[in-house]
Amino acid sequence: MTDPKVIRAYKDEYYPPVPTAATKRMRTNIFIQLYKFLMLNYKIMRIVVKGHS
Amino acid sequence: MKVLVLGAGISGHTAASFLKKKLGKRHEVIVVSPSQYYQWVPSNIWVGVGRMKPEQIRFKLQKVYKRWGIIFKQAKAVSIHPEGDDSISSGYVTVEYTSEEKAGITEKVEYDYLVNATGPRLNFDATEGLGPGKNTLSVCSFSHATEAWEALRASIEKMEKGEKQRFLIGTGSPTSTCQGAAFEYALNISFELKRRKLDHLAEITWISNEYELGDFGMGGAFVKRGGYVTPTKIFTESIFAENNINWIKRAGVYKVEPGLAHYETLAGEYKTAGFDFAMLIPAFSGHDIKAYDKKGEDITSVVFAPNKFMKVDADYTQKPFEEWSVDDWPQTYQSPAYTNMYATGIAFAPPHSISKPMKSPNGTAIFPAPPRTGMPSGVIGKIVALNIAHQIKHGKIEHKHTANMGRMGAACIVSAGYSMTKGLGATMTVSPVVPDWDKYPQWGRDIKGTVGEIGLSGHWIKLFLHYMFLHKAKGYPFWWLLPE
Ligand SMILES: Cc1cc2nc3c(=O)[nH]c(=O)nc-3n(C[C@H](O)[C@H](O)[C@H](O)COP(=O)(O)OP(=O)(O)OC[C@H]3O[C@@H](n4cnc5c(N)ncnc54)[C@H](O)[C@@H]3O)c2cc1C
Repeated sequence: MTDPKVIRAYKDEYYPPVPTAATKRMRTNIFIQLYKFLMLNYKIMRIVVKGHS
Repeated sequence: MKVLVLGAGISGHTAASFLKKKLGKRHEVIVVSPSQYYQWVPSNIWVGVGRMKPEQIRFKLQKVYKRWGIIFKQAKAVSIHPEGDDSISSGYVTVEYTSEEKAGITEKVEYDYLVNATGPRLNFDATEGLGPGKNTLSVCSFSHATEAWEALRASIEKMEKGEKQRFLIGTGSPTSTCQGAAFEYALNISFELKRRKLDHLAEITWISNEYELGDFGMGGAFVKRGGYVTPTKIFTESIFAENNINWIKRAGVYKVEPGLAHYETLAGEYKTAGFDFAMLIPAFSGHDIKAYDKKGEDITSVVFAPNKFMKVDADYTQKPFEEWSVDDWPQTYQSPAYTNMYATGIAFAPPHSISKPMKSPNGTAIFPAPPRTGMPSGVIGKIVALNIAHQIKHGKIEHKHTANMGRMGAACIVSAGYSMTKGLGATMTVSPVVPDWDKYPQWGRDIKGTVGEIGLSGHWIKLFLHYMFLHKAKGYPFWWLLPE
């Protein structure tokens, strides 16, 4: 027996933006992510330093 | 002088380490905690998907405390006697040992200063049928997370044989908090199933008491993304849609039977959700610690709020959401009843929630309680320790250090998959934690200080923090230089 056809249209999960293949690739691209690693650590440290004052 | 710290979690352990560092050998620091272990709670998510073993996220406290010169009692606090009694003039706490060799033995531990950092009691009993040993799992401690992994492994084995599995992840009571942890767990399960190419056999559903997804008990947040200021609602829905996770929001789970969760919606409807595997976060309350005055009269309601968290210097006046202010939130975490008593981390009673209170037409409150994540818990532990050390050294009650959640920011890294090359983590920062609508009328927070990014770098940061915080907690070289 085959599963009934599921149509996503009009369901909640149909509407949110979803990443394109390029966006997904960028998320695991080592060079981009190394840059983001440094940038995000800097942004986190800014919050941390403010929180400790 | 004697400083007694109740609880050796993120907040209590931080407080004890800074107290000892500042006070040295001349004063005693005593820690009472029922477990022999310190655990780095955020990494329980990875224990729950079999990526880490409990031994990797915990260590024995005794060894570290011996090195630091802190007295450790493996026991739980039962009652606080801030005025002492007929025979003891100073304040004391009655503790009951939990270690194998001394189980059940009680002792009166005297103090000059008391720090209550006992964290939350996981109140599974507030929801019928909820919790380990009953019908759902939890990832709130390493033992719960280990059980969750066993159950997940069993589900994976069934899927490998072609059987479909329904996963229900989220909040297990109408007012649970800690949505962030459940969110991470849903994403990690999805990642692990994709890794094994079993995702087509899985139906993952998120169930939550949030008004909108991405509320996380802090009223949601806004982040700059792709040229827009975007709410975390969109951010969260997008991640769920991408991972084929369905969601049920505005839902208060009130009963769980084997394979079936009953919930009431904010619209007042009663519904059910079926599952083969469910991890639902329970309601949190304070622990059952009583308080007595010198004559032995019960003063629990003076020291603690009705939710059993300890009252501190917050403004507990009941007011409508529109009148809430960041000034309602505590600054020093000092008890208004006894000036030598403080409550830090999750143990302090918040003045109100951060998310807007909501009620169903049946009168059921369905909205998240306020979270107090690791960073504020650590920072609060530290400032309380510094203030107490200052008072002991200078003999003056003054609070040089303050930490208001309406002025401090917080960073949170949401794990979305464990792998050094394919893993994902969502890095989120908010500033301040509690929205300040007077200072930031449009978004409640400083949009420049708010970040929302998903990528492999987030996983690296989360893993880096795991090792960094364990290094700090173990008191390895230069631990005090590492931030909370
Ligand atoms: C699965 C999970 C994932 C999380 N992930 C993150 C994250 O990624 N980032 C983040 O910022 N936060 C995260 N959090 C939240 C974070 O773990 C908490 O904010 C933090 O643990 C609170 O610290 P605490 O010291 O107040 O409480 P706890 O860490 O709970 O410590 C309380 C301590 O008190 C002890 N105790 C209990 N009863 C008694 C008693 N009667 N007498 C004496 N001692 C007692 C306990 O044994 C424990 O040692 C997560 C939470 C969970 C459950």
